[in-house]
Amino acid sequence: MNAVVAAGPVIPNFGQGSKCEQTNGWWCTDWLHAHWGDTLQPALFQHIELSLIAVSIGFALAFLLALVGVRYRLLDAPIGIFADFLYTIPSLALFQLLVPLTGLTVTTVEIALVSYTLLILYRNMVEGLRAVPADALEAARGMGLTRRQTFMRVELPLAAPAIIAGLRIATVSTISIATIVAFVIPKGLGRPIFTALGQDVFKTEILAAGALAVGLALFADGLLVLGQRVVTPWSRAG
Amino acid sequence: MGQTEPMSRPEGMRSAAAELVFDAATKRYGDGAPAVDHLSLTVPAGEICVLVGPSGGGKTTALKLVNRLIELTSGDIRIDGTSVNSLDVTELRRSIGYVIQQVGLFPHMTIETNIGTVPRLFGRSKEWIRTRSHELLELVGLDQSYAKRYPAQLSGGERQRVGLARALAANPPVMLMDEPFGAIDPIVRTRLQDEFLRLQQEVRKTVVFVTHDIDEAIKVGDRIAILRQGGKLVQYDTPAAILGTPADDFVAEFVGADRALKALALRTLGELELRPAADGGPRLPRSTTLRDALALLIAEHAQTLAVTDGAGTVVGSLTRDDLLR
Repeated sequence: MNAVVAAGPVIPNFGQGSKCEQTNGWWCTDWLHAHWGDTLQPALFQHIELSLIAVSIGFALAFLLALVGVRYRLLDAPIGIFADFLYTIPSLALFQLLVPLTGLTVTTVEIALVSYTLLILYRNMVEGLRAVPADALEAARGMGLTRRQTFMRVELPLAAPAIIAGLRIATVSTISIATIVAFVIPKGLGRPIFTALGQDVFKTEILAAGALAVGLALFADGLLVLGQRVVTPWSRAG
Repeated sequence: MGQTEPMSRPEGMRSAAAELVFDAATKRYGDGAPAVDHLSLTVPAGEICVLVGPSGGGKTTALKLVNRLIELTSGDIRIDGTSVNSLDVTELRRSIGYVIQQVGLFPHMTIETNIGTVPRLFGRSKEWIRTRSHELLELVGLDQSYAKRYPAQLSGGERQRVGLARALAANPPVMLMDEPFGAIDPIVRTRLQDEFLRLQQEVRKTVVFVTHDIDEAIKVGDRIAILRQGGKLVQYDTPAAILGTPADDFVAEFVGADRALKALALRTLGELELRPAADGGPRLPRSTTLRDALALLIAEHAQTLAVTDGAGTVVGSLTRDDLLR
């Protein structure tokens, strides 16, 4: 490596990059072209992967908990309080707590990210399942649907709007929180941001990575809205 | 209903309508007083039995004992000789039509899918269900354009028609109706009652119908069972017999001081012997009840009325006294 990078100010490609880079401009198109492939794109893909894993596991866990919480009402409050408690732990503090146990690993960050999805997913699932009209359940039972059929054909579809609403919030907030994952492991859109912060606050990189995170959140939210329209065509009738 | 094939049903429940027997049916919660106390009555196949009485009389409990939404404490209920307890509970329920006051349509399903609920449990194909739901929509007086709508897009009366269609979808031999028209405004209720009776002429189900409204009971029931607090059966008889000879003071009070007038509502002009056609007085079709005819004579200060046939031709006349005889 050349000595300039090691010794001089850490604006990327100092002394070699475009004029925009050397003066730390707001939006250096050259730099974006040059580093999309080696910095931004991999970070984006890692970010998608981190978020997807967190939301999927969180969804599955919250779903199991919601089944328990709806079936055994007594357990609803303790589960809710536990999810509440997890949600209130500051993320940096949670990382600190977890690192001694699970190290600087993907597991550590996923545990933290999953913890933050539980509250909103759990609450929405429970509310959605409880809001299923009693008369529909009575009719289902009276017509001879089994418990399982009632759940799959009546309760779950009717709770879908609330569940998807929770999923939207959980997804958007996970994509946002996932940027601080770079504090523990060099992955996700947080990584270019941390790098740029270390390089005399290289604005282009911060803006680009931030914009990608925001764009990703909006895109994911849009997908879920579309998904809800497909799954619950009835909710717009009336 | 001609194109309906027989559905797979538990043994002993294959006929289009089945005889329903309550045999000392009792429901008791804990050690408390019974909600239904040794209820014994037989509903002949194809007849409507109305359970009526004040609240606390156990009408709805008695109805739910049939499809085992509530389990018997003692006694038995038999459908065509088969005890409800000898059948698998989901199979039993699938072979009994169930209509409730709040209708209970599934808001996330189209009308067609709602109607197809039980046939789908029996493994019927989509085409079968589509044909069947169109047939049933017509039967309950709804246009086929309703098939693809959602319950939220229907009025209360329309929803209850769909509820009725859904209960009939698997062609069950027995129907349970728990205050089906209770939440519907009076004008629509009267129309639904009339259409239900017309429909029953066609489908001839064995129906257990719960209401707290004695007028509705008299109108729709082939037989009326009057229950009083503690789920005791006081009288089980035809509407005319209950109005004519109430079993005791409780029944007399429950049917009301105007029971003689109510009895007039059970007969139509066509059932009376007509005098020769005469001019003057209001004209009424043969199908008018004596009660309505009398009300009109009083309102118009008339003594005689002209009776017409279906085409509107006068076929005879009647005096006030004829109506009251």
